[in-house]
Formats: sequence, structure tokens, C-alpha cells
Amino acid sequence: MAKKMTIIVLSDEMDKAYPALILAAGAAAAGIEVTMFYTFWGLNLLKKGGLAKAKLSKMNMLGLGRAMVKKRMAKLNVASLEKLLSDAKELGVKIIACEMTMGVFGVTKESLIPEVDELAGVGAYLADAKEANINLVI
Amino acid sequence: MDADEILDIKGQTCPVPLVETRKKLNKMESGKILQVIGNHGPSKKEVSDVMKDLGHEILEISEEGENWSIFLRKK
Repeated sequence: MAKKMTIIVLSDEMDKAYPALILAAGAAAAGIEVTMFYTFWGLNLLKKGGLAKAKLSKMNMLGLGRAMVKKRMAKLNVASLEKLLSDAKELGVKIIACEMTMGVFGVTKESLIPEVDELAGVGAYLADAKEANINLVI
Repeated sequence: MDADEILDIKGQTCPVPLVETRKKLNKMESGKILQVIGNHGPSKKEVSDVMKDLGHEILEISEEGENWSIFLRKK
């Protein structure tokens, strides 16, 4: 049976969005079935243009820190969040948007990127998590 | 050794070598040989270990300067 992994993404900050997507894409490449559950502020990353807006949790300095980090990342050829998401999807990663949070923040289905597989809640998450060997909260 | 396909991922860093190798293998037929060429140090071991774990056969691993090369046969 294939190994499984879930990641709950709570934050819309760049320094959390990156590890979540790197782990998801890397795990999928290693043959692990991955489910990502985006909830609360994490949901912002699933809005159209949301990945591009992700800020640093520290040293953001009104965007200056983020620009510096992005420049360093470009120099080192670090993949963009958009590429990581696209690769993750190609390798079969499932993306769930928390339907309850959408209601709380008034987020519509139309405002989300098409990579979202499901709008769902704790039941859908747990169905995957209870089968998984690796369950992370980022 | 002759490869059916070559994947050049020099200049790419974590997790791209792993991800691109898997994407490439997914598009290849069983039994075909892929050569992966990269220069991200940790990925040499990571790519070969993970692909071996997935059941693909590692045929040859070599290094030349900062570049490494892995030949593998798709399961």
C-alpha cells in the first residue's frame, strides 16, 4: 500500500508556504500520496494571485525583506511557489480548501485557483489523515 | 552507457531534481533508460535513493567535477 502524508497549512506567509509545497512536491515525487488542507490564513494562498502575495513572517520590512529573499532565491534558482504547486499537482497531490473558513471570511469558490480539488472539512481531512504515516501542521 | 532520455537539471536545487526526475519517469515506458545530470550535491544521493526505493534500477552513478550523473532503468 502506498504511503500517505497530510499537511495542514494554517499560514499565508511565504516562509510557511514554501516548506509546505516543497514537502508536498518532494513527497509526491517519492511515491507518497499527499493531501494538503488549507485553512484559516492558509486559505489566502489558494486565492487567485495568492501565492505571489505571500509575505515573510519576519524581516518583511514593508516588502523590502521579501524582495531581498526573492532575489537571493532567483540567484540560487529556487523554484517559485507557482512551479512547486504545478509540480505537486502533476504528481497527484490533493488540495483541499477548508469550506468552513471560506464561509467565515466570505471567500467564494470562484475566487480560488483551479488547482483546488475539493472544498471540504474535518471529515475529509481525517479520512486521509487516519491512513497517513506523516501528518504535519505548518 | 546509452540512455533513451536525458534529463539535465544542472543549476536546479531542492526539491526540483527529485520532482523533475519523477515527472520524466512518469512519461517514459517501462524498461527505458534515463540519464539524470545535475550539480546539486545532496540530490545525487536523494534522487538515486528515492528512485531505487520506488523500484527503479540504478545502473550507474558517476561524478565529474561538480556534476554528477545517474543512469537508471524505469521499473
